[in-house]
Amino acid sequence: MPTQLPSPEHLIDRLAAQIKPHIHADCALVGIHTGGVWIMDALAERLGAEIPRGVLDIAFYRDDFSRIGLHPETKPSHLPFDVEDRRILLIDDVLYTGRTIRAAMNLLFDYGRPAAIELAVLVDRGGRELPVCPDYVGLKLDLPADEHISLEKNETEGLYFVMKGMD
Amino acid sequence: MSANNLQLTDDGRLRHLLTLDGLPARILTQILDTAASFLTVSDAERDVKKVPLLRGKAIFNIFFENSTRTRTTFEIAAKRLSADVVNLNINASSQSKGETLLDTIANLSAMQADMFIVRHAAAGAGHLIARHVAPHIHIVNAGDGRCSHPTQGLLDMFTLRHYKGPFHNLRVAIVGDVLHSRVARSQIHALTTLGCPEVRVVAPKTLLPRDVENLGVHVFHKMSEGIKDVDAVLMLRLQNERMRGARLPSAGEYYKHWGLTPDKLKLAKPDAIVMHPGPMNRGVEIDSAVADGMQSVILSQVTFGIAVRMAVMSILAGN
Repeated sequence: MPTQLPSPEHLIDRLAAQIKPHIHADCALVGIHTGGVWIMDALAERLGAEIPRGVLDIAFYRDDFSRIGLHPETKPSHLPFDVEDRRILLIDDVLYTGRTIRAAMNLLFDYGRPAAIELAVLVDRGGRELPVCPDYVGLKLDLPADEHISLEKNETEGLYFVMKGMD
Repeated sequence: MSANNLQLTDDGRLRHLLTLDGLPARILTQILDTAASFLTVSDAERDVKKVPLLRGKAIFNIFFENSTRTRTTFEIAAKRLSADVVNLNINASSQSKGETLLDTIANLSAMQADMFIVRHAAAGAGHLIARHVAPHIHIVNAGDGRCSHPTQGLLDMFTLRHYKGPFHNLRVAIVGDVLHSRVARSQIHALTTLGCPEVRVVAPKTLLPRDVENLGVHVFHKMSEGIKDVDAVLMLRLQNERMRGARLPSAGEYYKHWGLTPDKLKLAKPDAIVMHPGPMNRGVEIDSAVADGMQSVILSQVTFGIAVRMAVMSILAGN
């Protein structure tokens, strides 16, 4: 566990450098609410604002609905392009169990059949429960189950990480 | 509030939707916000216009009273949530109603129902059922007597907010047969809870409930005064089938004084919207030129009604 985490902006630079050679004409960026959308917008500044962008809220596709009910704050999903035959770059802030990505892929397929889906995450913190493997990773951590990292955003500081469960 | 004891869980979440009377603003707002997300399920870009949220759940539409639109929109909403839907139209005319109703519910519960959508001519039918079903079963009142039609009230709030923005800036007129209208009661409860500062009811004295002022509304007995400078005109259907005796001289006379015509609508704000819960009596409470005109959002109400009912059903099923 590094004592000092790199800044989110630095990690976004790192992600953008990895992704840039693989951008095709038929690519689209898709961010998962809420952190994934922040990163998608930051990546778009670095990769080119002309790449189509969409946002997903996976509340209606979660696998824990019968346990915890509907998330109290859902946001509309919006994909302003045809998913059919598109190369989708799915973007999220923190990759943990992989369940969010499973839900996001199911949601994408309800819009059409993409040519390919790739996954970019700012932080892969380990702890997978599904066979999900990211293609682009800003930072790889190996956090125990009782520690959590999340991405936050406010007006003055911009993006920053919050760690929980560590003393 | 006794209805809330029945429709909310101990920790304040929605268990049944029976009435908007006394339902807190945070729950109304949660339903409206969730409905906004569900609108995207019918987006043209989507190949599959449904979500898997209620897969494996059985929802029974039990209608003891006729309805096409409400029953159909509940059915579509349930199907867009991937639930299994059973429609039952029950003519409850001959038997002892209390007994029959609970027996019917007990039988359907034995068929592993998860939710009942109930319309009944008797006020409080939904409450009665809610008191007797197993804890995992949810009840949605789809209209009971003159009392309450909560999902209609909610879809009207969704429509208002969609076109006119926050409620605290709005002046709204509810026009017509308030006395027989469960829609009007649900609208009034929702508007006052959501902070609408001026809710008007505009009707002849014979079509207003006694003590209607106690609901927090301003009463007008003249159309020209009642809809002056409002942001929205919520028309009510003249309930011909509920009319007993002569509260009105004739449909023609009603139209002359209370029908919404293009001329009368000019008294409202220029960008005012016109709503109607349907089915409309054209040429009685509303002129076709208004119903089909630029300010009418009547068909949007139907579309939004599906998203609102999806929100209600999915919030209930998860609580």
